[in-house]
Amino acid sequence: MAELDIKDIVKEENIVYKKTSVLTDNVMHYCPGCGHSTTHRIIAEVIEEMGIQDKTIGIAPVGCSVFMYDYIDVDTQEAAHGRAPALATAIKRLLPDRYVFTYQGDGDLAAIGTAETIHACNRGENITMIFINNGIYGMTGGQMAPTSLEGMRTSTTPYGRDPGLMGHPIKMTELVAQLPGTYYVTRQAVHTPNLVRKTKKAIRKAFEYQKLNRGVSFVEVVSNCNSGWKMPPVQAVKWLDENMLPFYPLGDIKVPEM
Amino acid sequence: MEEDFVLMKGNEALAEAAIRAGADGYFGYPITPQSEVMEYLTAAKPWERTGMVVLQAESEVSAINMLYGGAGAGKRVMTSSSSPGISLMQEGISYIAGAELPVVVANVVRGGPGLGTIQPSQSDYFQATKGGGHGDYHLLVLAPSSVQEMADFMPLAFDLAFKYRNPVMILSDGAIGQMMEKVKFQPQRPRMKEEELPDWATIGKKPERERNIITSLDLDPYRQERFNRKLVEKYRKMKEEEVRYETFQCEDAEYLFVAYGTSSRICQKSVQLAREKGIKAGLFRPITLFPFPEKQVGALAGQVKGMLSVEMSAGQMVEDVRLAVNGKVPVEHYGRMGGVIPTPDEIVEVLIQKFIGG
Amino acid sequence: MTEEIIIAGFGGQGVLSMGKILCYSGVMQGKEVSWMPSYGPEMRGGTANVTVIISDERISSPILNAFDSAIILNQQSMDKFEKTVKPGGILLYDGNGISRHPSRSDINVYRADGAEEAARMETTRTFNMIMLGAFLKIKPIVELDNVIKGLKKSLPERYHHLLPLNEKAIHRGMEIVREVHVVEKV
Repeated sequence: MAELDIKDIVKEENIVYKKTSVLTDNVMHYCPGCGHSTTHRIIAEVIEEMGIQDKTIGIAPVGCSVFMYDYIDVDTQEAAHGRAPALATAIKRLLPDRYVFTYQGDGDLAAIGTAETIHACNRGENITMIFINNGIYGMTGGQMAPTSLEGMRTSTTPYGRDPGLMGHPIKMTELVAQLPGTYYVTRQAVHTPNLVRKTKKAIRKAFEYQKLNRGVSFVEVVSNCNSGWKMPPVQAVKWLDENMLPFYPLGDIKVPEM
Repeated sequence: MEEDFVLMKGNEALAEAAIRAGADGYFGYPITPQSEVMEYLTAAKPWERTGMVVLQAESEVSAINMLYGGAGAGKRVMTSSSSPGISLMQEGISYIAGAELPVVVANVVRGGPGLGTIQPSQSDYFQATKGGGHGDYHLLVLAPSSVQEMADFMPLAFDLAFKYRNPVMILSDGAIGQMMEKVKFQPQRPRMKEEELPDWATIGKKPERERNIITSLDLDPYRQERFNRKLVEKYRKMKEEEVRYETFQCEDAEYLFVAYGTSSRICQKSVQLAREKGIKAGLFRPITLFPFPEKQVGALAGQVKGMLSVEMSAGQMVEDVRLAVNGKVPVEHYGRMGGVIPTPDEIVEVLIQKFIGG
Repeated sequence: MTEEIIIAGFGGQGVLSMGKILCYSGVMQGKEVSWMPSYGPEMRGGTANVTVIISDERISSPILNAFDSAIILNQQSMDKFEKTVKPGGILLYDGNGISRHPSRSDINVYRADGAEEAARMETTRTFNMIMLGAFLKIKPIVELDNVIKGLKKSLPERYHHLLPLNEKAIHRGMEIVREVHVVEKV
């Protein structure tokens, strides 16, 4: 048998997976195993598949994903901490035929930006909100987040989160589902291939629904923060399954009535 | 002729002028004494007239960030508020300055600190002209002194904001906002078409260009410093090209009032009263507070025996006057606070007392 | 010509709108005008006042502490503003509810019992126009034609059917105003 050259292998018909063109070639700064990278890729793939790169405007938050604009190749605005839904509101109202999405972490969306989140959802802004919930402040070094679980150790709850002292973890997704301005509300995760596929379907729907003008599509992605949780990736995924998911169960919370 | 004039409050004139300036969006939150701006806009329904968006936000914090988003999309956007609300907006204004976005913010000032009073004041001069939020930046600040100027400065503010990619503040006060005068509006200016939007706007990445990014973040100190220098250069250019002022009976003046906005109106009367007493007084009125007309004030220092900075504050603009005068003549300050407005004759008394004696 | 006027009374008496109509009349006559109200919670049922200036020249200060004329509609305003009338100036007041009548001897004092007269008309809301008529009789700074034009400009169109009634009230005010105390201009 003749020896195979690399050129014989790298052929269009042999490709089973490739990086979407909507992701840039920049090396991501995320920690190995972090859910941000996977979610970025899903969003980029959805934008490519829908053919809406020239019509999409993203809003990056403050937090680890502040540099989202280095990776997803769409026009992007970087918001002040928590204010992404306010930016998105104005952009969508001024450019109603565009696809506008926010990408926010738990500190951003569920603590400092609670007012902006609730009111954008309540007004029924026709935008997509992607909410990464890893129960911790990653970028600032592992402090308590509004979504940190009861008993969870963080750098500002070194003896575990005591709800009597620090309040309860907040279920933002269930909360916004109560508001008439949300159209599609779901909670997903990206730590297994199967869940990645489901999340992609959810994010695709969340973008598709913007065409209908029916309000906010809200996708929570329960994720792991290996560095913040101070665990190796495999252990973090296990911890996520055993601790995060029982409190933040996956699945659709509000689906459009068809 | 007379029919072309309408009688309006300053706040209402600002709102109508915004529509006519081809504004794309107004985002605001109610606060006395400027609530008429949004009330006028929601009653006038500009979305039917020009397609302008008007939205009542959940807070001033949100309103200013809506401006960030809208301006980042290349649109002409504005807000209005009064002192406590403007304080809440400072974070957003700093980000807007850092991301080099063109927005117009109208501050109808009331007395402070804190909730203070709803009566007119000029106590936000420092906040408006020296930055206001964190970081090295300046707003371009226009100070109208009449209802007509509330209207005239609106299109000017948008033009300057876009010329410099910088936030512009229209700094008035409760008196100008609430006062009615006759006003004549400029004709309707069209809103910008999509192809007229600036090339840096985030409106969707076309295949032929790189993605546009609106951000104020740069973690590399040297690049960030380079950006800071760019801002410094921008402010220098403003000082060269945008200084605006007005003089009143300065030609033979021996004593000069320096005052802006409402205070300048009162001082104009004081000039008249002083001259009736045989005192050669004049008035210098800065129209741009940043850039401050430092050369012009400095030049007058060679002519007069003294200057009195009259402000409805504890003494803020007086610092800029003193810097401009650089010790050449005595510069004194007279101010009323808490919503109290000085009267023309009380100002003349102070002038006599501080400079002439008797 | 520059006329500096304070109009003061209870909120709800039509103080601010009287000032606005007077200003609009001035605009119609090609004058410079300014209308500077008191504002805020004090308006809610308390006292309301407005400084109106009508002039041939650009108006300097819209805020004053001495006036050529005062139109006073309640006791609190009398206590506050009688002393602000310039010597030789005019004080016009409605006698209704006044227990301490003006006492200065160096100003011209006129009285028009507008509230009483308004009660005889179709609606008591004509009160402010009666007082405006009374003032214009004493000080015809704007022509009646322009007042009617000003009225039309400041009333929303849905109230335009009330124009004749308002005009009638202005005439009524002109008839009922009377001198209380008149001095030579100092």
